[in-house]
Amino acid sequence: MASKFINITLKIWRQKNGTTKGALETYGLNNVSTDSSFLEMLDQLNEQLINERKSPVAFDHDCREGICGMCSLYINGRAHGPDTGVTTCQLHMRTFKDGETIYVEPWRSRAFPVIKDLVVDRSAFDRIQQAGGFVSVNTSGRTIDANATPIPKADADKAFEAAACIGCGACVASCKNGSAMLFVGAKVSQYALLPQGKVEAQQRVLNMVRQMDEEGFGNCTNTGACEVECPKGISIENIARMNREYLKAIVTED
Amino acid sequence: MSKLDAKIPAGNISDKWTDHKDHLKLVAPNNRPKIDIIVVGTGLAGAAAAASLGEMGYNVKAFCFQDSPRRAHSIAAQGGINAAKNYQNDGDSVYRLFYDTIKGGDYRAREANVHRLAEVSGNIIDQCVAQGVPFAREYGGLLDNRSFGGTQVQRTFYAAGQTGQQLLLGAYSALSRQIGVGHVKMYNRHEMLDLVKVDGKARGIIARNLVTGEIERHSAHAVIIASGGYGNVYFLSTNAMGSNVTAAWKTHKRGALFANPCFVQIHPTCIPVHGTNQSKLTLMSESLRNSGRIWVPKKKEDAEAIRAGKMKPTQIAEDDRDYFLERRYPAFGNLVPRDVASRAAKERCDAGFGIEANDTNEGVYLDFSSEIRSKGKQAAFGQGDHAPSDAKILELGKKWVEEKYGNLFQMYEKITDENPYETPMKIYPAVHYTMGGVWVDYNLQSTIPGCFVAGEANFSDHGANRLGASALMQGLADGYFVLPYTVSDYLADEIRTGKISTESAEFEEAEQNVRNQINTLLNNNGTKSVDSFHKRLGLIMWNKVGMGRSEQSLTEAIAEIEALRAEFRKDVFVPGSAEELNPELEKAMRVADLIELGQLMAQDGLQRNESCGGHFREEYQDAEGETLRDDENFKFVGAWEYKGDDIRQEELHKEALNYEFIKIAARNYK
Repeated sequence: MASKFINITLKIWRQKNGTTKGALETYGLNNVSTDSSFLEMLDQLNEQLINERKSPVAFDHDCREGICGMCSLYINGRAHGPDTGVTTCQLHMRTFKDGETIYVEPWRSRAFPVIKDLVVDRSAFDRIQQAGGFVSVNTSGRTIDANATPIPKADADKAFEAAACIGCGACVASCKNGSAMLFVGAKVSQYALLPQGKVEAQQRVLNMVRQMDEEGFGNCTNTGACEVECPKGISIENIARMNREYLKAIVTED
Repeated sequence: MSKLDAKIPAGNISDKWTDHKDHLKLVAPNNRPKIDIIVVGTGLAGAAAAASLGEMGYNVKAFCFQDSPRRAHSIAAQGGINAAKNYQNDGDSVYRLFYDTIKGGDYRAREANVHRLAEVSGNIIDQCVAQGVPFAREYGGLLDNRSFGGTQVQRTFYAAGQTGQQLLLGAYSALSRQIGVGHVKMYNRHEMLDLVKVDGKARGIIARNLVTGEIERHSAHAVIIASGGYGNVYFLSTNAMGSNVTAAWKTHKRGALFANPCFVQIHPTCIPVHGTNQSKLTLMSESLRNSGRIWVPKKKEDAEAIRAGKMKPTQIAEDDRDYFLERRYPAFGNLVPRDVASRAAKERCDAGFGIEANDTNEGVYLDFSSEIRSKGKQAAFGQGDHAPSDAKILELGKKWVEEKYGNLFQMYEKITDENPYETPMKIYPAVHYTMGGVWVDYNLQSTIPGCFVAGEANFSDHGANRLGASALMQGLADGYFVLPYTVSDYLADEIRTGKISTESAEFEEAEQNVRNQINTLLNNNGTKSVDSFHKRLGLIMWNKVGMGRSEQSLTEAIAEIEALRAEFRKDVFVPGSAEELNPELEKAMRVADLIELGQLMAQDGLQRNESCGGHFREEYQDAEGETLRDDENFKFVGAWEYKGDDIRQEELHKEALNYEFIKIAARNYK
């Protein structure tokens, strides 16, 4: 896999801040190593822009190994780009052809307002979590021994798969309704599958769904785009589980 | 010397923490809401501290530069967290974890701190399970364990290759709960740019709102710095792009001593460097050394043929492979501590046996084929097939490996475009963790009263080399189980203080200091980008303050960094304005601090005329290339005091290390 170099054209969304209108700008970029990640390609573009005394493109990123959930680009009409099972930072330029034109946009959703260029505000996710995404146990360390409650491996594995969500928001960006139900469903499921989460299960799902609605996320119409674009392969079974939990909670609510 | 009172409690090692806790002062519940605490950083240590102090009823303000506290770099920790539970019944105990950590740190850590860490380790696992952290389990429903380097027991708890993520999300959920009830106020996309001292005590911070550019004053009765390590001084590291030393370094500049800056961990198993536009290096978890065997070809001509692309690793016969860790360290094999494994890989590559076709030929193999065969056979037997075909063995073996390490294998394939189930991984050491940090006493308090430092940002528990799966343990121990006690003890004398005003001369001076720095950078109008300086700093650090250092390389590094710093000040170009989201400005402020710290790291390495742990001075090694410590002269923590803009003027203070409960010896993994 000797590295090659390609030349590309970029159409990138530029927007000064949340109150001004944005537009796509065109940039040419040469000698991009196919071993570079998409974000390293953007670093290269920014270096070029800075050397030309132009304003570099703002984009969110941090760990660059697919786990922090910070990177959030809509590339050629797909969340995290054309590859599957990856975040933008794990997308490599070998996925693109020499001479290709690549469109780069921010997440687009009412609940994720643009801050600048490709950077959006995803604090709505934090507020949903604050509404109930936890087990109410204080950090005393004086709980029961970790092995006192055996948990069937299958349940633990499923809870883990749901908990693998990185909170990037690709599900919302991909959904035609701007729904956050994959994100919320994953968190609700993680706890619903574990005995530790069962005590508060009813209140949790009601609170999280209420907050989700207040934040302006749309509803789920079972399109399944979220599951396809989720970099961590979170299953829409989690949405079904959340709906069951919600139904249970709403009919038994005091 | 008086500056460094470690305040280690008297008594037997296993009673110190309990006795100490019993005699610390308390703050009554009715007084806690009147007291403000600032926590900078929301990784394991910061999020755990903010959540715990919030639960107690203090009025907490937490800060992170990311868009959410859930994204702090603890999230990227892969392999696991140690705890002395002895669930595997293989002879583990608090004492053994304590001993392994001291020995792993090459006898440069403080006994009392490390013992406390081992004592609370079991509670961490209990706590996390209670929070709903989905650790890996056995079929019987109980928790699974694996081994990590530098130990001969299985004490590492894990959640696939995403343990840090699961633990951080656990701490984040506890933090979110406190934000929800209003005990913690969260400041996302904020960066601490100075510490404010009033009457010698830490009384607040100056922070920049990264979205609006606003400079804000925040006061508090105590400040906790949990801002992580400084590996990004090397530009290329496994750290996140935003990881930086600014909060810790500003604290240092305000009077906190900075300890053992030259102690840096270079992790043996990372994906090798591929090109000049590369922005970071990716770790392949140490847990892989449970199953993977590290080797290079025995014959130089084979290594050359591989580099030239004329030969594949799978074509090299078993007898022609040099499993150099198993050969040199039979007792621990592939699971020697990180510093030992890294140096051994470097030794083979320097000798011409490297297999990577990049500029430096730096790469060795991490091979899973033996494990795939053995686990595949076991699985087939488990299914009742006692004469499994080769294909079935491979199929079942790959499935086993996928379940244990699936996300790591996927990550590797995405980056390198090679399938590690079929061909061995190519790996090489990379900067990963920093053992050095702000000096703290037993209470995790720095030399500035009221300023506490936790997690990777402090220096306290790992000596000259951290063992794998111990960073997560330390972060959570500091945040959940140490700071709530020791910070309360300090705050007990603050219940009459009342709200601290931000209208004092001290806040004014600190804010002006920040504004001046920002304006200087933006008006500099130089010609070179911030990244160009950062990359040059990284090269100096890697080549001269890296895996091998010498008096000559360190002396050269100091001069080169000084020159780089002068050039940065004169010629850096920072676009944009102060009143907007400006990532270049953020980077410039961080790089300015990393350059200064880099120089101090070289100075610290130069004064330490011995080799220990990750600090390998080429002059001090034995005939077999192992580290040669000098306990007579260097059995101390080297803590530096800031003395103004000229880093050469920093003054070294020494905290002697006393080993009362562990017999100090040469580290031996053979």
